[in-house]
Amino acid sequence: MTATKKLNLKQKYQYLTRDMDWEPSYQKKSDIFPHEDFEGIKIVDWDGWEDPFRLTMDSYWKYQAEKEKKLYAIFDAFAQNNGHQNISDARYVNSLKLFLSGVSPLEYAAFQGYSKVGRQFSGAGARVACQMQAIDELRHSQTQQHAMSHYNKHFNGLHDAPLMHDRVWFLSVPKSFFDDARSAGPFEFLTAISFSFEYVLTNLLFVPFMSGAAYNGDMATVTFGFSAQSDEARHMTLGLEIIKFMLEQHEDNVPIVQKWIDKWFWRGFRLLSLVSMMMDYMLPNKVMSWQEAWEVYYEQSGGALFKELARYGIKPPKYQDVANAAKEHISHQLWTTFYQYGQATNFHTWIPKEEEMEWLAEKYPNTFDKYYRPRFEHWEKEHKKGNRFYNNTLPQLCQVCQVPVLFTKTEDPTAFSHCDTVHEGERYHFCSEACGEIFADEPAKYVQAVLPVHQIYKGKCGGPDLPNVVSDHYHINIGEDNFDYVGSLDEKRWNEIKGIKPLNKDNDAA
Amino acid sequence: MSQYVFIAFQDNENARYLVEAISEDNPHAEIEHQPAMIRIQADKRLVITRETMEEKLNREWDVQEMLLDVISIGGNVDEDDDHFILSWN
Repeated sequence: MTATKKLNLKQKYQYLTRDMDWEPSYQKKSDIFPHEDFEGIKIVDWDGWEDPFRLTMDSYWKYQAEKEKKLYAIFDAFAQNNGHQNISDARYVNSLKLFLSGVSPLEYAAFQGYSKVGRQFSGAGARVACQMQAIDELRHSQTQQHAMSHYNKHFNGLHDAPLMHDRVWFLSVPKSFFDDARSAGPFEFLTAISFSFEYVLTNLLFVPFMSGAAYNGDMATVTFGFSAQSDEARHMTLGLEIIKFMLEQHEDNVPIVQKWIDKWFWRGFRLLSLVSMMMDYMLPNKVMSWQEAWEVYYEQSGGALFKELARYGIKPPKYQDVANAAKEHISHQLWTTFYQYGQATNFHTWIPKEEEMEWLAEKYPNTFDKYYRPRFEHWEKEHKKGNRFYNNTLPQLCQVCQVPVLFTKTEDPTAFSHCDTVHEGERYHFCSEACGEIFADEPAKYVQAVLPVHQIYKGKCGGPDLPNVVSDHYHINIGEDNFDYVGSLDEKRWNEIKGIKPLNKDNDAA
Repeated sequence: MSQYVFIAFQDNENARYLVEAISEDNPHAEIEHQPAMIRIQADKRLVITRETMEEKLNREWDVQEMLLDVISIGGNVDEDDDHFILSWN
């Protein structure tokens, strides 16, 4: 018997990836992979593609199975031990409501996106990497829903996340982000999701937020978050590889890639404003401010990255300076907006407690006391007089990112950033010059955007009034899921759990 | 300006050995403990060596086992049977 020598990692990757591929003999390659050319990206040699992890399908299943076993053991323990009773404060659960309706459906969209583009590349290395990522993303969508199903038994607002993702006004921000990417060509999709989102920005979502979940006693979320993030390390590597690969293949690719980086950095920055609000306002125990997270994970890490890419002629994203300057403002501007529209959200809102305002003032010495604390104090005073302020004017949405016009100009934090343009006789509005430029580059795409506010005015969301849209079209249970946290059923239940009031047997959450 | 590579691990039993091995092989690395995670950064280059890990664990260790505990990375990745390397050129 001949002793079989164990293959090393490089050989195994070669055999199980490249050598499984074949040259078509009776069909033209361009007919098999029809999407590969139309974006103008030139690929000279697909063999230049290498997965630096050199992960093969057999190892993939082995490690993923182990991750799943660990994860589900913790979910079981969490549920059996009523883990929801050990979180810092029930206000925390509102960040999960936003996560489940805003982020988890994106994982599913990513699964669809990678399945599609994985079919579209003629290079075997890229196809295998996309296939693994598609399975990862499906896993993330499933594990997030499993983790949060326990909370759904005890708290309101988690009952219909996929439908809400499709319909609720502010959830069109994350939805449109992925719809835009998925309806682009395969190389733009990878630049959008693998590079700009996964590599450049996703750390801002998962790392400080999940660390925050740990700090708020949410064992289930920390565990799915970090289990998902262990896949992200591979996804990020793929993101950097695809960019370097395109840039190394042909110099004509450089301006195309630069345009996509500029666009998707900006779209990702707008999307992540939701995370800024979760970090600064929705975590009762705070780990780090959005500004601190931005400085570490974008300014420092992104700085190192774009220094590396400079050799290929790539510049940092065009509107990076606007995003950097906004780090002191966006979380406050967004939370104050949600506070005004708390009648139409699937989560509760609140005025920060005094000690939280002190933390915000310390973390944001240039902006919080000057611009934002007075608003909270004013609203609180009005509320005490019986005038809880709800804004009943539907906001002007940006045609591209779909964020309401609520962010301000870099040079003046009291003036809205806004611009508009006329295209074929119709006027379109934008939150920023950056979104206006994205529109100008592909107007035929963005004129088709489905904007929730326009849909309401067109009568496509039921009615006749706003409460009917919220309850019938959005499936938000009025008086249970929306309005202030203080006085909510969630608060009542939490007080019962914590023995703040005696437990009323008729009202048992389970 | 320093050009940092970084790696973050879940703060668990495996990570303890990874951190020990990384500190030994990368004296310039900075280690920061955050809730539930450990973040390690180093200027330009960071390496995880199989040999050092095997000494720490007193068993055979496959470099790809780190996939179970890693949370995030920054830098170009190069992996073979003996090393996992993060670097900026």
